[in-house]
Amino acid sequence: MSNTKRKSGLGQLLIPLVALGILLLFNLIRDPGFYSIGIAVNNSGNKVLTGNVISIIDSASELAIIAMGMTLVTAACGGQDISVGAVGTIAGSIFVQTLKACSAINIGTVLLAILACCAVAILFKAFNGVLVAVFRIQPMIATLILYSCGRSIAYWIVGSATPQIDSPIISAMGMTIPGVPVPTPIFGVVLVGLILTVIFKFTNLRLYTESVGVNQGAARLNGINPIAIKLLSFVILGMCVAAAGVIGTCRMGQVSHKTLLIDIEMDAILAVAIGGNNLGGGRFKISGSILGAYIIQMLTTTLLAMRVDPVNIKAYKAVVIIIIVMAGSPVVKAKLAQLWQRIRPETASAAIGKGVN
Amino acid sequence: MKKLFALVLALMLCASLAIVAHADEPIKVGIINLDPAESGYREANVNDLHAVFTAENGYDARFVTAPTADLQLQAANTFITEGVDYILVSAAETTGWDETLEAAKEAGIGVFLFDRMIDCDPELYTAAVVSDMRNEGVTAVAWLESLGLEEYKVLHIQGQLGSAAQIGRSEPLQEKCEADEKWTMVREGTGGDSWDPNEARKIAEAAINAGEDFNIVYAENDGMAQGVVAALDASGITHGVNGDVIVMGFDCNKWALRELLAGNWNYDGQCSPFQAALIDQMIKTLQAGGEIEGLNELKQIINEEKGFDARTITEEDIATYGLGE
Repeated sequence: MSNTKRKSGLGQLLIPLVALGILLLFNLIRDPGFYSIGIAVNNSGNKVLTGNVISIIDSASELAIIAMGMTLVTAACGGQDISVGAVGTIAGSIFVQTLKACSAINIGTVLLAILACCAVAILFKAFNGVLVAVFRIQPMIATLILYSCGRSIAYWIVGSATPQIDSPIISAMGMTIPGVPVPTPIFGVVLVGLILTVIFKFTNLRLYTESVGVNQGAARLNGINPIAIKLLSFVILGMCVAAAGVIGTCRMGQVSHKTLLIDIEMDAILAVAIGGNNLGGGRFKISGSILGAYIIQMLTTTLLAMRVDPVNIKAYKAVVIIIIVMAGSPVVKAKLAQLWQRIRPETASAAIGKGVN
Repeated sequence: MKKLFALVLALMLCASLAIVAHADEPIKVGIINLDPAESGYREANVNDLHAVFTAENGYDARFVTAPTADLQLQAANTFITEGVDYILVSAAETTGWDETLEAAKEAGIGVFLFDRMIDCDPELYTAAVVSDMRNEGVTAVAWLESLGLEEYKVLHIQGQLGSAAQIGRSEPLQEKCEADEKWTMVREGTGGDSWDPNEARKIAEAAINAGEDFNIVYAENDGMAQGVVAALDASGITHGVNGDVIVMGFDCNKWALRELLAGNWNYDGQCSPFQAALIDQMIKTLQAGGEIEGLNELKQIINEEKGFDARTITEEDIATYGLGE
C-alpha cells in the first residue's frame, strides 16, 4: 500500500520536476554565469550571498509560504482563497502599527507585533472560513469580499501612505541577520514548512483534510466534522499569510497598502496547480506547491535576466505556464501513457494507472 | 411720487440686505486632489489644504481625492453643476482638461491650479501655485554633474507617467543622457500611478538580475528611492556617500533626509507641498474686488525649492524642510 502511494506521489511531482529541470537546463545553455553565487558586503556591513539563484529562492519566499496554506484550503474546500494578498497587507499593517504603538523596537515588541498580526490574519481568514464552511458559499465568492476591500482596510489601519519602521531587527528579518549571509526570508519558508510537517506527522490532519475534500458526506459519516476541518485549513492559511505579510513588510521597512503582496493570490493558486494538486479538492502534496512557487519565480528571474521588459513579463510567463498546466492535464497525461505503452508494453500497467488517476 | 420713493427705498434696503447676507455666506470651493495614500508628499499636501480651507476661515469646502484623470474630471463636472465659486485642482494628467475648464469659465467659476500644471490656454484658469518641476530636475542633474564622475550610468525610476512632476524631473535627465556621451541610461522604469516603492524595487531587481551595471539611482520620489535601496541592500551593492551607487530622491520627507544625514543616500530634491495659504490669500483678494498680482506669463506663482546634499545636510535642515514625522 505504502509503495503504491509513493509511486503516485512521485507521479504528481513528475511534471513540475520536469518543468524545473527544463528551466535549469535552459539557463545553463543560455548563460552558465546565471548560476554563479558570490558574496558581497552591503551598506549595513553585512555579508550577503548574491546571484540569481539566491535571488530566486529569496524572492519566492512569500509565495512559497502562501502556496503551502493555499494547498490546504484547496484540498479541504475544493476552492481557493483569493484574498491572501489583501489580508497579508492587513497583517503587515497591524505589524507596523503595533510596533509604532510600542515605545521601542526590540525582540520583545517584534514578537508581540508578530503575535498581533497573526491573530488578526487568522481572524480575517476565519471570517472567510465561516462563509465557506458554515454558509457554504463558494470559496472564490466568499473571499472576493476581502479581496476587494482588504487593501482599504489596511489603509485605515495605518492611516498614512507608507509608514516607516526603521530598526536593525526589522532589516535583519527582511534581509540578512548580521553574520549569516543567507537571506532571512528563506529561513521563514523553512520554519513554516517544518511546522506543517510536524503537524502532519503527529496528527491525522492530512487524512481528515483529504477525506473532507474527496467526499464531505462520507467523511461526516466516519465521524469527521467537515466544518471544523475547513475552518482549520483557513486558520492555517491565516498564519501563512501573516508570515508572508511580515516578511514583505520587513523587506522594505515599510508597508505600502496598494502593492504589498500584489497579485500573489493568482501566483499562489498557480503554484498549487503547477504542483499537480487537484484544484477541486481532495488529495494534495504541499511539496508540489512549494516547487510550483519556485518554478514561477525562476521563470520571472530568467525572463528578467534575458532583459525582457518587466511590463511584458506576464505575457511570456503565461505562455510557459499554459504549457506546464497542459502537460499536467488528465487528457495529455492519458495520451502520454498510451504513447508510453506503445514504446514499452511491459511497464504499461503502472503508467496507465497514473494516467487515469 | 411718495409711493415711488418708498418703493425705491424698499428695493435699496432689500439689495443692501442681500449684499450683507452674501458677504456672510461662506465661499464655496471644490478641491480636487490626488490620493493622499500616494506618498508622504501628497499626505502633507492634503492635510495643508484641510487646515486652510475651513469653515472658521470662511469656506464651504468640498474635498475629492481621486487618483486618475477620469475620476478627477467627473468630480470637476459635479462641482460645476453644483455651482461652486472656485475649483482647485492638482491634476493627475497634464492634458484633457480644456472642455471642463471652459465649462467652468462659462459658469463664472474661478479655477486655481496647485502643485501640478495643466497643459492648456492660461485664459482657462485664474492662477497656478506650483513647484517648478523642471527646475527640480535641472537642479538635480546639475548637482549630479558637479560630482565630476567619469561615467554616469543611470537607473531611472520615473513617477506617474504624464504627470507634471514626472515630466519635469525626467526631461532634464533624459536630455543630458542624450547630449553627453559620458551619461548613459541603463534602465528606465516607472513606479506607476501610485509612485510605488515595491514597483521601484522590482525594477532595480530586474536590472541587477540582468547584470546591468549602474552607478546612479535617480528616483523621482523618496519612497521609490527607498524601494531601490532595499534591492541594493539585498544584493550586497553599497550605496550612499561612501558606496558604489549614488542614490537620489525627491520630496524631502523627514525619514529620507535622515537617510541623507546617515550617508545612505546622496541627494534629495525639495518639492514644497504647501500651496493652500497662497491660494487662500488670492481668493480673499478676489472676493474683496482686488486683482491678483505677481503672476508670470503662465499665471504661475512659483514655490522656491532647493536640493540637499548628504555631505552638507544638518539636523536643522531636517527640522525646517522635512515633511511628515
